[in-house]
Amino acid sequence: MLRPSLRHSVATGAVRAVNRLSRLLSLGSGTVIGGRVGLAIAPDLLKELARGRVVVLVSGTNGKTTTTAMIAAGWGGGVTTNATGSNMPEGHVAALAESRSSSVVLEVDEAWLGEVTRATKPRVVTLLNLSRDQLDRANEVRRIAERWRDVVASERETTYVANANDPLVVYAAELAREVEWCDVPTPWTTDAMSCPHCTQPLHFTVDSWWSECGFKKPDVLTSTLREQLTLGGQSYELHLGLPGEFNEVDAVMALTALCCLDVAVPDALATISALTTVAGRFSEVLWRGHHLRLLLAKNPAGFTAMLATLTTNDDDVWISINARLADGHDPSWLYDVPFEVLRGHRVYCFGDRRLDLAVRLDYARVAYVVVDDESPLPSSSGVVNLVANYTAFQEWREWSVPC
Amino acid sequence: MVSSVLKIALVYPELLGTYGDGGNGLVLAERVRRRGIAVELETVGINDQMPAASLYLLGGGEDGPQRLGADLLGRSSFASRVGDGSYVFAVCAGLQLLGTTFAVEGDDEYEGLGLVDARTSRGLRRSVGELVVRVDGRPLVGFENHGGVTTLGESLVPLGAVERGVGNDGVVDGFRTATIWASYAHGPLLAMNPWFADQILTTVLGEELEPLATVADRLYDERVATLT
Repeated sequence: MLRPSLRHSVATGAVRAVNRLSRLLSLGSGTVIGGRVGLAIAPDLLKELARGRVVVLVSGTNGKTTTTAMIAAGWGGGVTTNATGSNMPEGHVAALAESRSSSVVLEVDEAWLGEVTRATKPRVVTLLNLSRDQLDRANEVRRIAERWRDVVASERETTYVANANDPLVVYAAELAREVEWCDVPTPWTTDAMSCPHCTQPLHFTVDSWWSECGFKKPDVLTSTLREQLTLGGQSYELHLGLPGEFNEVDAVMALTALCCLDVAVPDALATISALTTVAGRFSEVLWRGHHLRLLLAKNPAGFTAMLATLTTNDDDVWISINARLADGHDPSWLYDVPFEVLRGHRVYCFGDRRLDLAVRLDYARVAYVVVDDESPLPSSSGVVNLVANYTAFQEWREWSVPC
Repeated sequence: MVSSVLKIALVYPELLGTYGDGGNGLVLAERVRRRGIAVELETVGINDQMPAASLYLLGGGEDGPQRLGADLLGRSSFASRVGDGSYVFAVCAGLQLLGTTFAVEGDDEYEGLGLVDARTSRGLRRSVGELVVRVDGRPLVGFENHGGVTTLGESLVPLGAVERGVGNDGVVDGFRTATIWASYAHGPLLAMNPWFADQILTTVLGEELEPLATVADRLYDERVATLT
C-alpha cells in the first residue's frame, strides 16, 4: 500500500497527465476526467491539494462563474481558479493540481458546497443567491438552503459573504460566526415567498423583508449597492465593462469577499471594471456571416435578468434552448420566464427544445420563427443578441469564431 | 355559471408554482381568447380572498409552501366553491393536497382538503423524469418530479394508466372526478398537450370549441414520437 504522501503525489501526477492527454486528444477541456482519476487514487486529494493555501469559494444559483472571475481578477497575481466552469470536486482537483499558487478561488456547484468546504477549509465562502434551477437534478431549492445551513453551522473558521436580500441565503448563513452581509438588488424572490423557519408568508418592501416569527433582513450590512456602492464606509462609482445590474451585484459580492482578504478596493474595482467577457459570456462572435453576442441564461432568475437588458429596442433576438443533463431534462422553467417583455421583437428559436420555446413565445404573443436545420435566416447589419442555456451556449461557442 | 366571461383562477402561484405551473393558466386563457370567448385569468395571492371562478388551477410546491398552501386553502372558500360546481385542474403538490392526507418533511402526515379519497405517503425515492399517461386513448406527455406515492380510494377514478414514468404509484396517474382533473405531470402540462387543454375547456364551458391549430400541435407530436 502506498504511503499517503506518495499516494497524493501519484494522484496529482495522474490528474495532470490524464488532463493533458484529454486535451491532446481533443476529448474535452481536460478538467473532469483527470480529476476523477486523481480522486479515485486518493479520495482525500482535494483536502491535500488545498492544504496551506488561501481558498475562497463561490456558490449560488446564478453568478458563480462571473463572481469567481471577478475575485480572481481583483485579487491579482497568480490565482488558481476553475475557469472552465467544472464546479464539482473533480474540477477543483484539476484546477489545484495544475497550479501551485497560494491564492485559490473556486466556484462550487450548490449541491457540493458542504463537501468542498469541509475539504478545503476556505478563508471565505461567498453565497450569492438561491432560486429554482434544474429541479430534476437538485430537487427542491429549500433542501439546498438546509444543507448550506448545516455547513455554515459546522465550519466556524470561515468568513461567509452573503446576500442579505435573499431570504434563503440569509437562512443558510445566519448561524455563521463571521458573516459579511451584502445589501444588493435581488429581484427574484419567487422561491422565498414563505418563511424557511415558520412557513408563514414573508413580507417584502422595497429595501427590506421580514417574517412574523422574527426572521428578517440582517441589520448590519457590510456593503450596499444603490446608486453607488458603499463598502467599508467608503463610496464607489460602478462603471463595469459587463452589462446589467446582475453583473454589478456580482462585483459587489466579489469586492466584499476581497475586502475579507485585505485587498485594496480601488485597485480591485479597477481590474474588475475592465472585464468585458467571462468564459465567453457577452463575447462577440461570427457564425455563418452573422455577428452575434453570446449571452448565457439558464434558469428563470438568470433569464429574467438577461431579458431586462434586451428590451430597449425591437431587434431580432436569437434564443437557443437545450434540455440535456447539464441543463436539466425538464424545460418547464420556460413558463417562469416573463418572455412577454419581448413583444415587439422577433425571436428565432434554436436548440433541441426550440419547439418548447416556440410554444411558450406563441402563448406570450411574441413573434417567433422556429429555426430547423435548413431554415433560411435573415441577414442582419448589426450585432444580434443570442441567449442560450448551458449546453446550447457551449455549442454556439464551438460553432462560432471570436470577432 | 351565468357570467359571459370565463373566469380562471391561478391559486397561490407563490406557493404552488414551483416549475412553470402557472403556464397552464396562460395556455387555457389564451386558447379561449383565440376562439373569441371572453376570459379572465386571475392570480390569487396568499393575502387575497378566494374569488369565484369557473376553474381553479393548483400547481406544485416544496414541502413548506405546500403545507402553507393547504392551510390557506382550508381556511378559504375554495372547498365550498368546488362543492358548488367550480372545476379544478391540479398538478403535483396540488394533486396531493386535494386528498385526505399527504406527507411532508420526513414522514409527517398532514391533513389535506379531503375533496377526494386519496392518500399520499412519501415514496422510497423521488420520481423524476418524463411521464406518459394514457388518457381517453391518447398519450398525455409531461414531466414529473415528486416524492409522493398516492393511493386512490376504490371509487376514485385515475386520470389514466402510466405508460412511462411513475405517476401515483407506477401504475396509474392522478385522478378524475366530474369536476376535478389531477396529474403528477407538473409544469406546463397543458402547453405540451393542447388536446387535453381543449378537453378541459370544453367541459368547463359546456360547449364544443372550434379547432385551433398552433405550434403546440407540432410540439405534442414531437414529444409523443420521442417518448412512446
